[in-house]
Amino acid sequence: MKRIVTLVVQNRSGVLNRVTGLMHKRQFNIESISVGRTEQDGISKMTFVVDVEDHRKLEQLTKQLHKQIDVLKVTDLSEKAIVARELAMIKIVSNASVRSEVQSIIEPFRADVIDISRDSLSVQVTGKPEKIEALIDLLRPYGIKDIARTGLTAFSRGQQPQASELTQFSLLK
Amino acid sequence: MKVETKADARPAVKTGADVLIESLVNQEVDTIFGYPGGAVLPIYDALYRSDAEFQHILTRHEQGAIHAAEGYARVTRRPGVVLATSGPGATNLVTGIADAMMDSLPLVVLTGQVATTVTGTDAFQEADIMGITTPITKHNYQVQSAYEIPRIIKEAFHIASTGRPGPVVVDIPKDISANPCFDTDEAPFHLPGYQPTINPNPLQIKKLCDAVQKAKKPLILTGAGVLHGGGSDVLQDIAEAFQIPVTSTLLGLGAFPGDHELFLGMAGMHGTYTSNMAITECDLLINVGARFDDRLTGNLEHFAKNAVVAHIDIDPAEIGKNVHTHIPIVSDAGAALKEWKRQMKEGPDAHESWLAELHESIKENPLWFNNPPEGMVAQWAVKHIYEATDGDAIVTTDVGQHQMWAAQYFQFKRPDRWVTSGGLGTMGFGFPAAIGCQLAKPDEKVIALVGDGGFQMTLQELSVLQERNLPVKIVILNNQALGMVRQWQEEFYEERYSESLVACQPDFVKLAEAYSIRGVKLETREEFESSIKGLLESDEPVLIDARVIQQENVFPMVPPGRGINDMVGVKPR
Repeated sequence: MKRIVTLVVQNRSGVLNRVTGLMHKRQFNIESISVGRTEQDGISKMTFVVDVEDHRKLEQLTKQLHKQIDVLKVTDLSEKAIVARELAMIKIVSNASVRSEVQSIIEPFRADVIDISRDSLSVQVTGKPEKIEALIDLLRPYGIKDIARTGLTAFSRGQQPQASELTQFSLLK
Repeated sequence: MKVETKADARPAVKTGADVLIESLVNQEVDTIFGYPGGAVLPIYDALYRSDAEFQHILTRHEQGAIHAAEGYARVTRRPGVVLATSGPGATNLVTGIADAMMDSLPLVVLTGQVATTVTGTDAFQEADIMGITTPITKHNYQVQSAYEIPRIIKEAFHIASTGRPGPVVVDIPKDISANPCFDTDEAPFHLPGYQPTINPNPLQIKKLCDAVQKAKKPLILTGAGVLHGGGSDVLQDIAEAFQIPVTSTLLGLGAFPGDHELFLGMAGMHGTYTSNMAITECDLLINVGARFDDRLTGNLEHFAKNAVVAHIDIDPAEIGKNVHTHIPIVSDAGAALKEWKRQMKEGPDAHESWLAELHESIKENPLWFNNPPEGMVAQWAVKHIYEATDGDAIVTTDVGQHQMWAAQYFQFKRPDRWVTSGGLGTMGFGFPAAIGCQLAKPDEKVIALVGDGGFQMTLQELSVLQERNLPVKIVILNNQALGMVRQWQEEFYEERYSESLVACQPDFVKLAEAYSIRGVKLETREEFESSIKGLLESDEPVLIDARVIQQENVFPMVPPGRGINDMVGVKPR
């Protein structure tokens, strides 16, 4: 099962290595990582999407992460109401004749054209991974030259629903 | 002519290395195990110039230094301190760091590093020791400026010795230790991400008390957590009050008196039959400070199937890791035991039939070994050493047959007398560890019970015995083989003894003599019996080359992959 786990960490050298090394040692497969600074000086946030077998393994993962000295907080967001976004840049083969067609495809995705050359066109899109996958599928027939994705980043919504309503808000079910 | 004094050699301005030495003094360090080299020259210079009281023990290999520090840490429960240079000096420590991590021993490991100006250029003797030690340390630091040194050293000692103890590496670039240091961070440290739970939740202890009241077949399993938490006395009070039998992991030996009538012996792969059956049949298993290692549990499908499992551990990640736990108690074992004793209810059930059953089993299935008319078996020798010392000794071992025999036949009556490499199973651990133990406890009798294979991995430390005249007694149980490897090849590889029979070996007596140490070869039981007591009581170091029969195997045994209820070699064969 896929889980979104966020870590609040002290921004010290080696902390990313410690966290990813731990996941490697305990055989957790990382699907994506994104790391960035937070509103507090010296504090960073890491968002991992990991594939774990079962709840026992998941518990091990969060406990082991929590043991790291530089890890301040471990949150498994998977069961919560969350806002999750990923950014992708997609470069496709394109000349003048298909530009307007591409434009009409990307518009419903609220994606933007961010670069154009004689034979290519680059699109930027943000959203949940499914949305990005959908757009990539639509653009594939034009010939994808390059894709760069940031990996998912997420946090919990300001208001959490009652436990009984949780499943419908969950992202990775 | 001017005689240079230490004061003259001192520079006007303190260097980073001076600050480091001061920081160690502030931590009340009394012994450092180390080996100098290029990147730690400034630190060794500061050590030379310092008036500090502590002693530096120059081992003959960095591995010797770290195992000695582990021995020191195990018997004192205080961090062992190691100092080594960059590159090969640091990488030679890796085995010991991993060993300390597995067995939760507090260490502060100081390594030199190439100067920050050349870091990352594959400079001479550069190794990424931060990267290398990340998975095998509780935490590690690379010092970025001398300003940080006092804070980092304080943090390192705190992290190493609190919570679940473990090794902390502090990597110090040469320019930082060499350069003048004008200002240091003397503020108390702040570790917001490190707040180990020391005291138990009283409600969880209440659940445990309720479970004890209900249990018909309770059993206590002691681990090294009892030793780290200093909980032995309270444990004994509780076990006696409730008449709960006690078994132990390898590393927990000594947490409960080995000669106590409630003690069933060690459990696990080479544990006693009664201990393993008690685990299989008990209806309440109270694990105090053990981590349900696979050598203890055997096949998990057959482990304590009938039991409500209570698990006291300071490391929450250990609870539920291997064995499903009904009553989790995150706490220091000592604190949890105290709370348990405080909440103990009146009139506990006496578990007479359960105890009678176990005592019957002990009588029926004692540890056994064959005593052939010619020659000497290692079990007999260990038993004899135990009797000759009346069990009053610190015993260190490597890994293998001799380790298991020591665990089986040496009944540790007090805590912190048993020093062995459990989790990592490191050959070459026992002898240098004994040096650390002897330095920590000069008045105690320290016996390094080692095999001929393991001893040859770190025997260069004989130099330290010679230099310091440390009265460590080395007993080599010499079967001219890598005994446990040989045993497994006999049992599971159809007697194909691939590279495990090592007939070629040095003359250990002459080897000892080369270091001006008394060496004695004992080949028969008569020789052994008549001289062992005297040799062990000598106040000089002695090396005893005890020739034992090669073909002996450790029994009883849980074959790999089986449940611990499924032992072979329970009865003499």
